[in-house]
Amino acid sequence: MIGVAIKMIVGDKLKYFGLIAGIAFASLLVIQQASILVGLTHQTGAFIRDTNQFDLWVMDPQIRFSQDTIPLTDGTLPRVRGIEGVEWAVPMYQGFLRARLPDGTRQTVILVGLDDATLIGGPPEMARGQFESLREDKALIIDEDSRLQKFRFKQAGTGALDVGDTFDINDTEMKVTGTFKSSKSFFWEPTVYTTYSRAIRVAPRERKMMNYVLVKLKPGADRVAVASAIEAATGAKARTSDEFIKITADYILKETGILVNFAMAVGLGFIVGALVSGQMLYNFTVDNLRFYGTLKAMGASNLRLVGMVLTQSLLVGLIGFGIGLGAGTVLGEVVGKAGLAFLMPWWIPAFGGAAILGTCILAGAISLVRVIRLEPAIVFKGA
Amino acid sequence: MSTAAPSAQPASSQAASGKGLAAYCRGVTKHYGSGSNQVLALRGIDLEIPAGKLTMLVGPSGCGKTTLISVIAGILDRDAGECSVFGRDFSAMGQRERTRYRGENIGFVFQQFNLLPTLNAAENVAVPLMILGEGRAAAVAKGKEYLAQVGLGDRWKSLPSQLSGGQQQRVAIARALVHSPRLIVCDEPTSALDHETGGRVMALLKDVALKNDRALVIVTHDARIFSYADQIAKMDDGRVDQVITGSGITAEARGH
Repeated sequence: MIGVAIKMIVGDKLKYFGLIAGIAFASLLVIQQASILVGLTHQTGAFIRDTNQFDLWVMDPQIRFSQDTIPLTDGTLPRVRGIEGVEWAVPMYQGFLRARLPDGTRQTVILVGLDDATLIGGPPEMARGQFESLREDKALIIDEDSRLQKFRFKQAGTGALDVGDTFDINDTEMKVTGTFKSSKSFFWEPTVYTTYSRAIRVAPRERKMMNYVLVKLKPGADRVAVASAIEAATGAKARTSDEFIKITADYILKETGILVNFAMAVGLGFIVGALVSGQMLYNFTVDNLRFYGTLKAMGASNLRLVGMVLTQSLLVGLIGFGIGLGAGTVLGEVVGKAGLAFLMPWWIPAFGGAAILGTCILAGAISLVRVIRLEPAIVFKGA
Repeated sequence: MSTAAPSAQPASSQAASGKGLAAYCRGVTKHYGSGSNQVLALRGIDLEIPAGKLTMLVGPSGCGKTTLISVIAGILDRDAGECSVFGRDFSAMGQRERTRYRGENIGFVFQQFNLLPTLNAAENVAVPLMILGEGRAAAVAKGKEYLAQVGLGDRWKSLPSQLSGGQQQRVAIARALVHSPRLIVCDEPTSALDHETGGRVMALLKDVALKNDRALVIVTHDARIFSYADQIAKMDDGRVDQVITGSGITAEARGH
């Protein structure tokens, strides 16, 4: 009778395609919105994720996210270096500074200063030029992806900042010696790298300049114990990259309202899709009550009819969700190529699928009440 | 109008033993609604349905024909009285047993055919077998055989919408027979058909359905088919007023 159930729903092409379209649309909305939210959340940790040659970030305890620039005292660095289990520790500067491109275009940049000796904390991969070129006079490297957008000349002429060009940051001349590849970031301002000593010369002078101490643990050192020792000795907070990524994502999600907005979009998409699909599934069953009554009269048990209705619900749910998932994946590819946030971990289709199929089964179950209560004598009630 | 049997025929000795009888009813009552809206549809029905015969339930609209056929077929509970089908009382069975018994022993033919619109003719005929647990391929193969018996062997692939009314009713008859039930109940099987087609359907029903000592019960308004009956139970206001057999049937048919 499962085959009969499938033919009943597949054969009614108008309702079948309507159902599939409704469920596919709901699935697409849920998958696409959730994936964009996850993609945006993932992008908030791009800078941290790209900076991964060490074990701990030491930072001011009040830092809430990766672009929150609260400096540490200069004494923090030697104190960290003196802690048991620390193999090495280097400083990092990070600050928002105003740049002026050769044509006069103004652009705020996040200037990152790396330890002069080791250049620890730099981007993962160079696009053009050598990373070590940072040791040259006035040297600075910029993000290749944002070069044509954020370092585009908007005031005069055409083109964009390129390797070999000079421009000012805080009225100090800098020279582009290379470009790097980086993960797409949630934050708008482009990141540029130079050495630590050059960064603190360029940046407006403050009493405290160092934002982070990057710590590498000795092999076999207990990370938690070393972090606790650092915190006890410096009053700063020692976090792993994962912990830093998490507080950054949490902060962005809570403070920007992005979570609420996307959750609403996902929820509304789901509710609208579920209502439309549920209503159509319910109507399909109710429209076929005469035939269920016929089957009942001919000896089909309630259990068998329940199986038939649930099979129909699951079938359209699976096909609709499959189409929605496929469309969502294609859309994600397109969106991803356009540089927009889209990340679909396994649990989005898993939970999305469970939610969509659950809704279909629920709609089927609601309509089943009519089927179970159906008096088979309905079949003799004529036209 | 001649009658060959007394009205409101009492349960016979055959009924007591169940021998030669497909079904019998004694003092069956049924009401719908409650309070001031209550309608008494059956007011103490006494009727015997002989095996191997075609019994027609006739009477004006609202006289209780459909209610009675529903009670006999076990798809509607009676309020009181006795009703037995091949010696078994539906009200003494649990829901599951009743459904199973109905599936195995009763075939249905409906006024509007009630063929599943998205199944082809052979699949529609095969449905009762699939309900009883037979595999799809075997059921459909048997469905094709029964379609051939009703003259539609070459139309087994057709959907109901691709068949005429008469052809659809023949598919419905094949469906009612495919699982070899012992009692076939038909609700106005010719009312949606023209006279000629209705006649062919009745001839087919009588020819095919009554084989193997099956009983056939037909609810009808259609006096044109009275002549096919072996027994006519005339109903009015929830009662069987008269049971006509033998030559009385010819007179009854002529009278209309």
